[in-house]
Amino acid sequence: MIEYIGKRLLQSVVTLFIIVTAVFLLLRLLPEEGYLGAAADKMSPEQQEIYLTNLGLRDPILVQLGNFYVDLLKGDFGKSITYRTDVPVMDIISDKIMYSLTFGVAAVIVSILIGVPLGILMAQFKGRWLDRLGTGYIVFIVAVPSMVYFLLIQVYITDFFNLPMLFDEDRPITWLLPLISLSLGPIASYAMWMRRYMVDELNKDYIKLARAKGVKERTIMFRHVLRNAFIPLSQYLPATILLTITGSIYIESLYSIPGMGGLLVDAIQRQDNPLVQALVLIFSSLGIIGLFLGDVLMALVDPRIKFGKGESVR
Amino acid sequence: MGLYSEEIRNITDKSMEQLFEFASQDEDQAEKIGYSNYSYWRSTWKSFLKNKVAVTLLILVLALVLFVLIQPYLPNQKSPTEIYLDPDTGYQARNVKPNDDFWFGTNSIGQDLWSRIWAGTRTSLFIGVVVAVVEAIIGITIGALWGYSRKLEGAITHVYNVFENIPTTIVLILMSLILRPSISTIIIAMCITGWVEMARFIRNQIVILRDREYNLASRTLGTPTSRIIMKNLLPYLISIIMLRMSLAIPFAIGSEVFLTYIGLGLPVSEPSLGNLINEGRVLMMSPDLRYQLLFPSIVLSFITISFYIIGNAFADAADPKNHV
Repeated sequence: MIEYIGKRLLQSVVTLFIIVTAVFLLLRLLPEEGYLGAAADKMSPEQQEIYLTNLGLRDPILVQLGNFYVDLLKGDFGKSITYRTDVPVMDIISDKIMYSLTFGVAAVIVSILIGVPLGILMAQFKGRWLDRLGTGYIVFIVAVPSMVYFLLIQVYITDFFNLPMLFDEDRPITWLLPLISLSLGPIASYAMWMRRYMVDELNKDYIKLARAKGVKERTIMFRHVLRNAFIPLSQYLPATILLTITGSIYIESLYSIPGMGGLLVDAIQRQDNPLVQALVLIFSSLGIIGLFLGDVLMALVDPRIKFGKGESVR
Repeated sequence: MGLYSEEIRNITDKSMEQLFEFASQDEDQAEKIGYSNYSYWRSTWKSFLKNKVAVTLLILVLALVLFVLIQPYLPNQKSPTEIYLDPDTGYQARNVKPNDDFWFGTNSIGQDLWSRIWAGTRTSLFIGVVVAVVEAIIGITIGALWGYSRKLEGAITHVYNVFENIPTTIVLILMSLILRPSISTIIIAMCITGWVEMARFIRNQIVILRDREYNLASRTLGTPTSRIIMKNLLPYLISIIMLRMSLAIPFAIGSEVFLTYIGLGLPVSEPSLGNLINEGRVLMMSPDLRYQLLFPSIVLSFITISFYIIGNAFADAADPKNHV
C-alpha cells in the first residue's frame, strides 16, 4: 500500500515538475508588453530594456528558471502589473479563493445530492420514461457548449422571475442562479456515470445469483450494487472538489462573481503576465493533485486492488 | 414394459429397406457451411438504420452541411462581413429587426446576421471536423504503436501520464496566448491534448484484443497480419473511434466559443459561432435584441446535439457485439 502511494506520489511530483517547467518556458514566449503595463507608452526603448533587465527577463533562460523555482519555494509568485499594479499576486488570489470555494463546494454537494440519486433511479427504471428524460438531459448538457445554456439561463430566467442579472454578495437570491448553472454539468456527469456503473453491476452474475436465491431487491441495491458502483466514482471526487478552488471561468465572469475563474479572464485580457502565470500554475497543479488523491482514495476504498506481488502472496 | 420390448424385437421385421438411404459425404457441401455472407459494413449500416432518431438527424445534418456550403452561391445572399448602410439616413443599419431584406436582422454594426450565421457555421464545422480527423489520425497511430510495440510502451506511457494530467483548458489558453488567434491556432491548440484520450482507448482495446483466442486461432491458421488487423481488430476499434470523434466535434466547437469568450478566439472579421454568440451576449441586456443571441445558439445546439447522437448511434451500430 505505502509502496503504491509512494510510487504514485513520485510520478505526480515528476509530472508536476515537467508541467510547471513547460508552462514557465511557454509563457516566456508571451509578448513582453505584458510585463511593462500601463507605463509602456511613456518609456523609451532604452528604459524598457533597463526595466526588463531589472525584472530578470534578460538573464539566460536557465537562470530565469532557477530563480523562478527559488521564488516558488518561498511562495512568491511575483507582483501583478496591470490588474492591480505592484500588489503581490498571492494577495490578489487569496482574496478571491473564498468566493470560488464557497460556490464550488456548494455546487459539488448539490450535484452529488441530485446527480447520484438520478443515476440510480435511471438505472433502476432503465428504458422507461425517467431514464429517457434523464438521458435527454445528459445528452443536452454534454453536447451543447456550456456557454450557450449558461447565457440562456442568465438571460431568460432572470427575466422570467424578475431577478437581478448580476451577483450581489448581500442578496442571497443572487447566489441561486450561479449555483444552479454551476451544478448542471456535474449533475449530468454524476448521473451518467452512476447509471453506467449501476447497469454494469446489475448485469453481473453474482446479482443474478442473489436474485435467484431470493435476496430482497432493496438489499441487492444497497448492499451490493451501490457499494460497487461508488468505487469508480470515488476516484474523481477529490479532483472535482479541489478544482472548485479555481471556480468556473464562465459563471464567475458572467455573473461578475469576484472569484478565481473570472480573475483568469481578466488577467488574460489585461495581459498581466505574472498573474496569468500564477493562475495557470495553480490550475494545473490542482488537477494533478486531484488525480493523485483520487487514485489513493480508490486504492483505499477498493479492497480488490492489489499492491505489488510481494503483498498479494500473503 | 413387456409390450415395448416386444415391439423392439420385431422392429427389423417391420422396417423396409427401401425406406432408408445411406447418406453420402460431400466434401464441397462441408465447406459451404463454413461460409457466411456476413459483411461488417452492411451489418453496421443495417443496425444504424434501425435508430430512427439518429437517421433523421443524419439527414438533417447532411442537408445543413450541404446548405451551408452552397449558401454563398445562392441568389440574394449578402456578404457576411460587409457593413450595410441604411439607405434613408446613410448611417450603418444597426440592429435592424428581421425583415424581408435582412432575414435574421443585422448586428450592432450593420452586418447581415443571416449570412453571418451560415458563414459562422461553416467556420465552426470546419474547425470541428479537422480537429476530429487530426485527433483520430494521431490518436490511432500512437494508440496502435502503444498497444503493439513492447519497446515503445514505456516511453509512450510516460508521455501519456504527463499529457493526461494537464487540464485541457489550460493548454487551450496557453497555446492561444502564445500563438496569434486564427483558425489554425485553435485547431493546433485543440489537437495537442485531443489525441490523448483516443490513443488510450485504442491502446486498451488493442491490448485486450491482441491475445484473445480468436486472434491466436487466426494466427496459428496462418492468417496474414493485414487480414487480422482489417477483419479481426478494426471492427472493434471503429466503434470506439466513432464515439471519440462524435464527441470531438461538439467539443471543438464548444472550445472555440470558450476561447472567443475569454478574448482569445478568432478575430471579429472571421465569423464563427463563437464570435456570433459573443456578439449576442454583449447585447443581451436589451430584450429586443436577444434574437441575436438566440439564433446562433439554436444552430449551435442543433449541430452539437446531432453530432453527438449520430456518433453514439453509429458507435453502437459499429460494435460487432450488436450484430446478431
